[in-house]
Amino acid sequence: MMDIALIFVQLFWVFFLIGIFTFGGGYAMLSLIQTQVVTAHHWISESTFTNIVAISQMTPGPIGVNCATYTGYEVLVSAGASHATAVIGSAVATFALILPSFFIVLAMVKFYQKFIGNSLFDGVMSWLRPAVTGLIGAAAIILITDVSWAGIPGLSLPRFSIIRDNFIDWKSWALFAAAMVASMKFKVSPIAIIVAGGILGLLLY
Amino acid sequence: MTSLIQIITVFAKIGAFTIGGGYAMIPLIEAEMGKRGWISEEELPDIIALAQSAPGVLAVNVAIFAGYKLRGVKGSIAATFGTVLPSFLIILAIAMFMTNFQDNPIVIRIFNGIRPVVISLIAVPMINMARKNNRTWWAWLITTATLLAVALLKISPIYILIVIMVLAFAATWYKEKKEGLR
Repeated sequence: MMDIALIFVQLFWVFFLIGIFTFGGGYAMLSLIQTQVVTAHHWISESTFTNIVAISQMTPGPIGVNCATYTGYEVLVSAGASHATAVIGSAVATFALILPSFFIVLAMVKFYQKFIGNSLFDGVMSWLRPAVTGLIGAAAIILITDVSWAGIPGLSLPRFSIIRDNFIDWKSWALFAAAMVASMKFKVSPIAIIVAGGILGLLLY
Repeated sequence: MTSLIQIITVFAKIGAFTIGGGYAMIPLIEAEMGKRGWISEEELPDIIALAQSAPGVLAVNVAIFAGYKLRGVKGSIAATFGTVLPSFLIILAIAMFMTNFQDNPIVIRIFNGIRPVVISLIAVPMINMARKNNRTWWAWLITTATLLAVALLKISPIYILIVIMVLAFAATWYKEKKEGLR
């Protein structure tokens, strides 16, 4: 029983730190979770973690949150705790992961509301907005193709290889194009498009 | 005033359909918050810029910011709770009852259809935002440079945002000084 209590404290602390030190989204977070949970604490095995990552990517919800929820559960089950206790482990890991962002983002929102309208702040935001637009575009491109660029600009061209996991065959491209048209031209809601994508996937593959 | 229950419900809907990382949340935020008048096309990039600059999960950071706009700290808590709830329940169900979820042939087929569609949906807000907000050649240059730096050179977004913040601060300061405002 003492061991389980200790695991709860450690679980909270590990995910709290991960919440503070992850910049740059879910994938950066996965490797940090792996280092802590598999390598440093030996709470779960490498193969269990690989499964957790696969499931986190496939299920709805932010990848980092999914991974924390699943890991929290598995750690407690591996330590011999009951399923009910393991559910609390999930909650602890997820809560700890979110907690630091909560305070940091709230502080940033207050800062934002205080300075919006200030000419210097507005100047900075007027550069950040188009940058964010570029970030979103890059996020889409990275999911379509992997770009490798070995060499000096101008001397060698970047090489593109399509991400086969996401674009299996021509049907994937048809779905991609259909979703684009449905959203841009016919203003169909993203939720309806995702549901339709799932149904068509079931029928086509 | 927007009720907390309504915030939880809308964000649970958004959370349930955020498939494949934080950026997949953006089209949902744009549509679900936009149609309720909770957010404008001009505010969307501000929320994402701030969420991306803070540590942690991007989608959660967006929820904290967007929730705060609606009902302050309570709104933040409601939006975060809503965003996390569906994934929490789904993951627990999988962990308890279907550990070979990712090998299930029906699941694989469904997700083969969802993945390309989600990528398309991520590209759409980029196009909308560029059309609404990029009014100068300078803005287009920043968008293009950021896109290439991340996609081609694989530089982490946070470093790009920091560099742009510093440059923008210096440029704005210099401009105001030259115009005698400072």
